[in-house]
Amino acid sequence: MRHIISLLMENESGALSRVSGLFSARGYNIESLNVAPTEDETLSRMTIVTSGSNEVIEQIIKQLNKLIDVVKVLDLNDGRHIERELMIVKVKATNKYRDEVKRISDTFGGRIIEIAETTFTIELTGPSSELDGYLDSLDKAAIIETVRTGALGIGRGDRILKI
Amino acid sequence: MKPEIITGAEITIRSLQEENVEFVFGYPGGAVLNIYDAIHQQTVFKHVLVRHEQAAVHAADAFSRATGRVGVALVTSGPGATNAVTGIATAHMDSIPIVIISGQVPTHAIGSDAFQECDTVGITRPCVKHNFLVKDVNKIASTIKKAFFIASTGRPGPVLVDIPKDITTETAEFIYPKTIDMRSYNPVVKGHSGQISKAIDLLINAKKPMVYSGGGAVLGDAAKSLTKLVKKLDLPITNTLMGLGGFPASDQNFLGMLGMHGTYQANMAMQECDVLLAVGARFDDRVISNPEHFLKNPKKIIHVDIDPASISKRVKIDIPIVGDVDLVLIDLLKAYQEVEKNHNKKLISPWMEKIKDWSDTDCMAYKDDGSVIKPQLVVQKLHEVTKGDAFITSDVGQHQMWAAQYYPFDKPRRWINSGGLGTMGVGLPYAMGCQLAFPESQVACVTGEASIQMCIQELSTCKQYNLPIKIITLNNRYMGMVRQWQEFFYGNRYAESYVDALPDFIKLAESYGHVGMKIEKSSDVEGALKEAFSPKLKERLVFMDFITDQTENVFPMIPSGKGLSEMILAKDE
Ligand SMILES: Cc1ncc(C[n+]2csc(CCOP(=O)(O)OP(=O)(O)O)c2C)c(N)n1
Repeated sequence: MRHIISLLMENESGALSRVSGLFSARGYNIESLNVAPTEDETLSRMTIVTSGSNEVIEQIIKQLNKLIDVVKVLDLNDGRHIERELMIVKVKATNKYRDEVKRISDTFGGRIIEIAETTFTIELTGPSSELDGYLDSLDKAAIIETVRTGALGIGRGDRILKI
Repeated sequence: MKPEIITGAEITIRSLQEENVEFVFGYPGGAVLNIYDAIHQQTVFKHVLVRHEQAAVHAADAFSRATGRVGVALVTSGPGATNAVTGIATAHMDSIPIVIISGQVPTHAIGSDAFQECDTVGITRPCVKHNFLVKDVNKIASTIKKAFFIASTGRPGPVLVDIPKDITTETAEFIYPKTIDMRSYNPVVKGHSGQISKAIDLLINAKKPMVYSGGGAVLGDAAKSLTKLVKKLDLPITNTLMGLGGFPASDQNFLGMLGMHGTYQANMAMQECDVLLAVGARFDDRVISNPEHFLKNPKKIIHVDIDPASISKRVKIDIPIVGDVDLVLIDLLKAYQEVEKNHNKKLISPWMEKIKDWSDTDCMAYKDDGSVIKPQLVVQKLHEVTKGDAFITSDVGQHQMWAAQYYPFDKPRRWINSGGLGTMGVGLPYAMGCQLAFPESQVACVTGEASIQMCIQELSTCKQYNLPIKIITLNNRYMGMVRQWQEFFYGNRYAESYVDALPDFIKLAESYGHVGMKIEKSSDVEGALKEAFSPKLKERLVFMDFITDQTENVFPMIPSGKGLSEMILAKDE
């Protein structure tokens, strides 16, 4: 099953490679991985989207906790959570397809952030599956470039990852 | 008081002194020249100059295995660090607390492919518990403090501190932190009390209980409480290769080692038990073999371990108890005392009968008509001559298994070998670490003619420091363990497993200034060993080249992937 794992780690050089190295050394999947600073400058927050059986996910959580630089780990799938991903897509938009792209983007709540002569650049946020749905709705041949952040997640209500 | 301003090199040395380090095993080079200069001007700890960095790390590792304290190695940047990697990975696999200080090119040169630069932190990352690159002279002391703390607490392991040359010349005030507090690292020590009483309940109601202990019981200094608990409940027990000595081998509750080359009774009991208490062991492939087969006989498993990640890694655990093994065992004993009156020890009589039948197969018997030296005999005689009280180090191969099988250990920290990584070449440097730690004790290295050549240069170190190690080479002119697998599983095609063009080990030993002995007759084995361990040669390293049976195999053996009860026995051959 797909899991979103969030963790806080010391903002030390090399901390990221300890996490990514763990995944490759032990053969765990990484669908996406996102790291950025937090409001506490000594900590970074990482969001990892991975998949595996319950046993594998349990091992991943334990192995992450074992890393010396990792302060706290939370499997968002253990409870209610919100998932968001940001995607920017550049699509070919000429003639009648310009309206079509605009219509599809509106349906998915996307925002056209650049209009060029033959292309549109669209920004879209949502759960990863929704972004996939948007891409599926476009004509494959029209998609020129996509860039995605990977999923981010946060617990609902009082499920908080903080130290 | 005036602040004490000293160089980074001096801070490094002072920090090691603050940690009460006795020996630093090392090898100099450009990036560590400042540190060496500081070592030259101190007398608090002793530096041991090895002949290859791999041996420095192995020796530090053995010092730790034998004493329970943190071992220390010092190497230069680039090739010094890469040479150390095998030693580091070896210590990592067996959870041995060591601190490795490596030199690095100056901070401004990092990343420029400078002379003798390598990404030491990157290269060692997957085989250390943790590592650091220190970029600020003000952080050397606190980093070394952290390194010792991390190495020796929780599940122990190697920690590397990489120090660029320029910061060893810079100066700072020397303040060695008294304590350390890391928000990201707080190993659990105390076991959960609810789990502990559940465990005792299971154990006293079991019809076929079994105890299995590993390296964790030895490293966690839990041998005493383990022995007490097992004796008190009167349970059968087996040890892993790494756990030997964790429970006295001469005790009647002991079934011998288990695993790929374990005894028939230990493996059968492990397979058929209904309640298993695992202490500081990790159910690895060489021990329980195939996990599905292992669970074919339903059993409840209690697992005591310091490392939560070891729980349910290969086998699902019913009652996990995370904590310091010694403390948990003490708590288990306490919990038992409360229910002792309800414990009917008769309940397990049929099980003990069954185990006795298994033991009666005498799986360790071997044929010996006296025509050639049987390797097993050499180990048995070694046990007799040293009264079972020597430090025995080993390399990797058949000789390692025979040492484990035929030298019963009654004390922990006496059996020093590379169980996890299986590193050929550890034997001699391991013996050095033990002999330096215990100068008055007997130290023997049981090795093979292939393995000993992987760190043979250390004969020179042994001469320099007068280490009277006895090297017991079981010379079968084969990489015996490889040959055995080829015999069993590759139709006797002995691909590159011969050992040809061997040196004359006697002359070799003599040229290093040691004593050499060649033993070719079975009837000479005992006499030669007695001589080597006699007062006459007490101060000398003796290299004993035993010319042994070329085609002897290690039994029992579980072919890999098979189940614990699917052993090949000597008598089936
Ligand atoms: C560094 C290293 N290389 C290769 C191996 C694979 N290996 C395991 S046992 C063995 C043969 C060891 O031969 P020897 O030291 O003569 O011991 P014997 O098995 O004959 O007792 C080899 C090559 C290893 N364990 N370590």
